Order: sequence, then structure tokens, then C-alpha cells
Amino acid sequence: MIYDVLIGPFTEFEFMRRALAAVIALALAGAPIGMFLMLRRMSLVGDAMAHAILPGAAVGFLLSGLNLFAMTAGGLIAGFAVAILAGVVARSTGLKEDASLATFYLASLALGVTIVSIKGTNIDLLHVLFGNILAMDDQTLLVVAINATITLLVLAVIYRPLVIESVDPLFLRTVSRAGGPAHLAFLALVVINLVNGFQALGTLLAVGLMILPAGIARFWSHDLTAMICIAVTAAAVSGYAGLVLSFQTRVPSGPAIILVATVIYVVSVLFGRVGGIVRQLFPGRHLEA
Amino acid sequence: MAALHFHNVTLGYDRHPAVHHLNGEIAQGALVAVIGPNGAGKSTLLRGIVGILKPLDGSIHLGGLDRRDIAYLPQSAEIDRSFPISVFDFVGTGLWRATSLFGGVGKAAREKILRAIASVGLNGFENRPIGTLSGGQMQRVLFARVLLQDARLIVLDEPFNAIDSKTTADLLALVQRWHGEGRTVLAALHDMEMVRNHFAETLVLARGPVAWGPTAEVLTPENLLVAMRMCEAFDDSAAACAADDISSRAA
Repeated sequence: MIYDVLIGPFTEFEFMRRALAAVIALALAGAPIGMFLMLRRMSLVGDAMAHAILPGAAVGFLLSGLNLFAMTAGGLIAGFAVAILAGVVARSTGLKEDASLATFYLASLALGVTIVSIKGTNIDLLHVLFGNILAMDDQTLLVVAINATITLLVLAVIYRPLVIESVDPLFLRTVSRAGGPAHLAFLALVVINLVNGFQALGTLLAVGLMILPAGIARFWSHDLTAMICIAVTAAAVSGYAGLVLSFQTRVPSGPAIILVATVIYVVSVLFGRVGGIVRQLFPGRHLEA
Repeated sequence: MAALHFHNVTLGYDRHPAVHHLNGEIAQGALVAVIGPNGAGKSTLLRGIVGILKPLDGSIHLGGLDRRDIAYLPQSAEIDRSFPISVFDFVGTGLWRATSLFGGVGKAAREKILRAIASVGLNGFENRPIGTLSGGQMQRVLFARVLLQDARLIVLDEPFNAIDSKTTADLLALVQRWHGEGRTVLAALHDMEMVRNHFAETLVLARGPVAWGPTAEVLTPENLLVAMRMCEAFDDSAAACAADDISSRAA
């Protein structure tokens, strides 16, 4: 019985195995990016970026129909354009990055919805907005895996300046010019992972598998490495459990994954070792030092 | 030989100057206090020296120094102490010149970091997240990082603000040690007694140089009064600056 519910769907159906591989790839790459988004106080920037991808994906859809390669390429171009424009405007004018991004993403979202409405149906729009991880073919899975690999490699390169810039940006500016390029590379990684998430979860939920696991990790550790490991695990568990939930109950897969992550988040808020509500209400006896 | 040479330097933000028309030089190995009221341009000047801020006009020459020969201690408020990083890792960023993007932190480097932490009296704090430190402890951590940078020019922005006398004395001893080693040290300060007793040279700043020279000659009630008066407010409708010499404005 337990085997049939938890493992059976993956041994029996290839599309479920593909979906599982995809969510694990999304977890491995997206969760560390989400961790930095949160620590750099850019969580909502990630959400805004998710909307910014829409016009590019819509142009891909307009040109090629529901072709995920075309939509991915369009999404990447639109996302990079908005990320880089917002980053350049923020760094060269002193305008806060979130304010700069808000302007670009709103324009981008309006353009995207306009483009989809010119050619598509409501069903197409729903697909773009909510994705469908269960419909992923081998080629799309390969794109997701390549994007995840690129993310981890680039993150390894920019990890050190990214950490220093997050905690002490002035110091980094005095010892290196790596801060600006690292920040732009990070924004590019945000876009890549949003496009990845977009295949599986759609534009509206793509950021969920990045930010929710990061929020979960914050309640369990003070250490960045441990937090990243917890976030990846939480994202992978949410992905797996969401797929099982979707398979067994016919809830759409994207929302199922995000709902599972939300449940883990709520449990963490209540019982987390670092700042959890229960621990604050019942802290135990104070320590000697 | 000069460690720093200022040629008609104006520094500021969005065309509004925070420091006008600064000329002069700082000798290698000098120990210089930069004083002035709030808003006088002290931090702006230091940011210009370390290259964070480009001059609106004029230039700052580093006498044969590379940017990486400068260690900068920012005000604590500039640091995000909620970021999950340990004292060890934070101090270790002072090794950037050696490690850059990919350099490993080997046994020798780890020992250097531990020695720097011990030098500022924070033995046993290595694994503590910086967010759990007191203000004085955080200031010690910042000094440990400067120690590790092993720089020839050290720029300290209000390094003794809001810390107790014991910590101040310990950290001041470090500053004296750097001076004894022939490093050039600039510090933005508010404590006149400290300046009088420990800093040989002083620049009195108030959006421009009011006086600059040996502390005993410069730190006079008259100069301090001028500094207080000159610290004019930011004016959105100000005309373009025509003055070549701020001293004429001070008169």
C-alpha cells in the first residue's frame, strides 16, 4: 500500500520519473539561488523577475505555439534584458534595485499578457501562467538539467564575492571590482532558474520553489552552508511529495508542490530551532553563558 | 614621500559636494585624525580615498599604492549583521588579496585568521555568527580583518564609536602598533581628547578643509568653531560652484 502510494507512480510511469528528475534539478539549483535572494533581501525581486519573463515566453509562443524551447529562449532573453536593465539603472542612478525592477517588470508583464491575448486561448494562458511538469519531455528535461548545471558552476565562481557583497558591500568595493559582475551574474542565474521553474510551475509559481525552501532553512540554522543544504532538501522533498499528491489526488502538479512547501514552511515557523514560535513560547531554562 | 596626494578634490553625491576643493598630501607612515561635525564630509572623504566614490572634481593620487594596499574599516551600520556568517569567515575575507575568487584557505591561512582573532581578544568567538556579537565585539572583528589585510594604508571610519573604554584602549593600541610599523593611518574621529593625545596630525573638515597640520596647532577652539559654522546644509537649488579656494569662504 505504502509502496503503491509513494513509489509505485515513479516505477510505473515514465512521465512521473521525468517530473521527479526535473524537481530534483530545480531543487539543487533553485534553492541556493533562493537562499541568496532572501539573504540579500531580494525575495520580491525574484517574484517580479518571474513576471518579467512573460513577454519573452509569449513571443516564443506567438512564433512557435506551445514549443517549450522557443518559449524558454524568449523567456531567457526577456528576463536577462529586464534584469540587466534594472541592475544597470540601479547601479548607475542610485535608485533602489527593487524600485527600478518594479518599473521594468510591470511594463514587461503588461506586454506579455497583451501578446498572449492576441493569439492564444485561455488554456494557453493558463499553461503559461501555471506550467505543467507532468507534460515534460526528454528534451525539456535536458534543458532543465543543463540550466541547473550552469547555475551550480556559475554560483561556485561568484560565491565568494556574492557572500562578501551581501554582508559588507563597501569592503568588497575596496578590495575588488568583482561585486558588480557577481551581482549581474547572480541576476542572470535568477532568470535561468525562473525559466527552469517556469517549465514546471508556470510564471506565477516559478519563484515558489526558490523562496519557500529558503524561508524554511532560515528557521533551522545560523550557518549559510547548512541553510543551503536544508533549502535544497526542503525543495526536493516538496517536489517529490507534491508530485505524489498531484498523482494521487489530481491536484495540478505545480500548485501541489508549492502547497507541500508551504506546509513545511508553516511547520518550520512553528517548530524551527531558530526563531520558531513554539521555541519562543517555551524557551526552557536560560543557559549559563 | 606622500602616501596620498589631494589635488583640488571635490567629493559628493549627485553634483552636491560633501567635501570641496581639498588640496594637500599625507606623508607615508603618518597618523592622521580627520575631525569635524556630523555632515562635515569625513566619511565621504574616506570613501573617496579608498575608491568607493569618484571625485566630482580634482583627483586623489595614491603614492605608488595599489588599491589592494588599502584596508578600509567602514562604520558598523554599513554591515548586514543578520547575514549568517561566522566571525572566522568574516575575518577571513581580509585575505581576499591572497585568495581572490578561487584561492583556498589552507592551514597557514587558517592560522593567520585565528591569530588575528586572538590579537583583538576574541579567542573562542571563531564560530559565533556576527549577528550575536555586541557592538564592541563587532568592532574588534573589523579590526581583526584590517590586521589580516596587512595593508600599507589603513583608513578607519569612526572606529571607536559606541564602544567601552577597555575596547577603545585595546583597539587604539592596535592603531599605535600600525603607526609604529610605518603604515599610514587615517581615522575619522569625534573624541577630541583622543585626537589630542594620540594623533600627531589632524585635518579639521567642514565640507572643506578648515585647518590641517600638527594636532597641537590645528585643534584650537577657533578652528572648531569655524568648522561648526561652515557645515552648511544641502541645498537643492544651489548654484554651480565658482569658488577655487574654500579658505576664502571660511574667512
